[in-house]
Amino acid sequence: MTNVLGRYDFELIAKWIRPGEKVLDLGCGDGSLLRFLREDKGVLGYGVDNDPANVLACVGNGVNVIQIDLEAGLSGFADGFFDHVVMSLSLQTVRHTERLLAEMLRVGRQAVVSFPNFGHRSHREAIARGRMPVSKSLPYQWFNSPNVRFFTMADFEALCAERGIAIRERHAFDEGRPVTEDPNLNASIGVYRLGRAAAPPAG
Amino acid sequence: MEEAKDSVGAVLPQHAHFTAPLALAGGSTLPAFDLVYETYGELNAARSNAVLVCHALSGNHHVAGHYAGQPRSGGWWDNLVGPGKPLDTRKFFVVGVNNLGGCHGSTGPMTVDPASGRPWGADFPVVVVEDWVAAQARLADRLGIDAWAAVIGGSLGGMQALQWALEFPQRVRHALVIASAPKLTAQNIAFNEVARQAILTDPDFHGGHYYTHGVVPARGLRLARMIGHITYLSDDKMAEKFGRRLRQGVLQFGYGIDFEIESYLRHQGDRFAGHFDANTYLIATKALDYFDPARDHGGNLVAALARARAKFLVVSFTTDWRFAPERSREIVYGLLHNGRDVSYAEIDCSGGHDSFLLDDPHYHAVMRAYFEGIAT
Repeated sequence: MTNVLGRYDFELIAKWIRPGEKVLDLGCGDGSLLRFLREDKGVLGYGVDNDPANVLACVGNGVNVIQIDLEAGLSGFADGFFDHVVMSLSLQTVRHTERLLAEMLRVGRQAVVSFPNFGHRSHREAIARGRMPVSKSLPYQWFNSPNVRFFTMADFEALCAERGIAIRERHAFDEGRPVTEDPNLNASIGVYRLGRAAAPPAG
Repeated sequence: MEEAKDSVGAVLPQHAHFTAPLALAGGSTLPAFDLVYETYGELNAARSNAVLVCHALSGNHHVAGHYAGQPRSGGWWDNLVGPGKPLDTRKFFVVGVNNLGGCHGSTGPMTVDPASGRPWGADFPVVVVEDWVAAQARLADRLGIDAWAAVIGGSLGGMQALQWALEFPQRVRHALVIASAPKLTAQNIAFNEVARQAILTDPDFHGGHYYTHGVVPARGLRLARMIGHITYLSDDKMAEKFGRRLRQGVLQFGYGIDFEIESYLRHQGDRFAGHFDANTYLIATKALDYFDPARDHGGNLVAALARARAKFLVVSFTTDWRFAPERSREIVYGLLHNGRDVSYAEIDCSGGHDSFLLDDPHYHAVMRAYFEGIAT
């Protein structure tokens, strides 16, 4: 699903990643982000995807891909091996959201996640009309959606605060354009750079 | 006979004789040896398009094509190798070799030991994956191949591909490790031991010198193959292929053949015992059991794989319980944590361990895509 965001997502992520870093892309799709990062930044990248068509596409794109089920966690990956763990527009498709976020920050120093904002104005209006939202960022019907978690940017930020996940940077977009005013209402996509919060002082 | 367009066609095995002694992992030395091999496609001017195909337990050098006048003599990986096939012989120069200790022409237990003037039999040294790779490297030298574009193998063949990348990091650009493992589990060794016991306790085994008695331990070899076959198939595949179907429609109330699966196993066992050598089978099962590149690194596979420089494709099959996907993932994580390029596909195929020999469309699409990436 990496392609849905288009280049502006890539460029934003690329800005956060230094040349030669080790990058893990969860739900890597056809591997375009990793290919971009390799060509642009010379990163050592690995994608994870469990869809056979995506695995094939990555192999065709010359991108490293590991076919595993994200719901089973990242237990094969060593602590802190990656500089960045990216999950672009896929967080809403996994059931064990909380565990996966913790795992991302276990295997990586920093994490980058983006997801469709359920709190976007158009989604709220749909709900007010009594229907589940269908939009560019949530393009599925309720009965065929691959998404299993529906949350707003505010929900996500509350979870981060509760679980000691530091939000280092936040960007919000609608129709591909940056949103600064009330992102939880006006943005359809949120992009976050996350880190491990400093350990609380002893005692 | 009309030749299929994507077949390499009629092929001829070739022989290479090596006179420089080969020191073996077990401590002994082979003073000289022969390897029989086949090649398909053309080696390019840069000598950069050679692919070595390593065979598994019961395989040999005859990977693709057929022998003239023998239409049923198709190579064991003919569905993968040929013009227009995933391993495309229009782009690659493909080499298949019968391993040392084999029974299809390379030096092995059936060969006459120059020291005694009679077949080696059970006195042929137990050769292991490292020895096979060392011998294959001699063949590469002979063919003028400094570095393989790829080394590929399934099962025990995958272990050779992995060993190549460790033993000769500069001579392997890509390693394709299919339905394999970084070492066997106790359960897997146990199956091999049952197979060996079947052979070793056959009264016709004669301590491995059955050639001089004019017999072969066919019963033992047959049993060994039967147990092997059970473990190479999945429960689902057996149910689908045979179920509880009866050979003659009604129960026989005897010890002949009731069920189709019994008939199948007996047929496979007989066929195998008719053309394969028991001593070679013993050696190959030991090679499987002994393979463990992490052994010299305190069991640390990441440390063991640090020497590899190749890019890897690792493939496993969901229903393969003899070489389960978990074992392939160990290789994948071991390579990844060394920062090596590695891709891993877990193919949903019902064929059990034997899936690696099938032409599952997704499996072959992945192989094709990977080889296309190498060729360009």
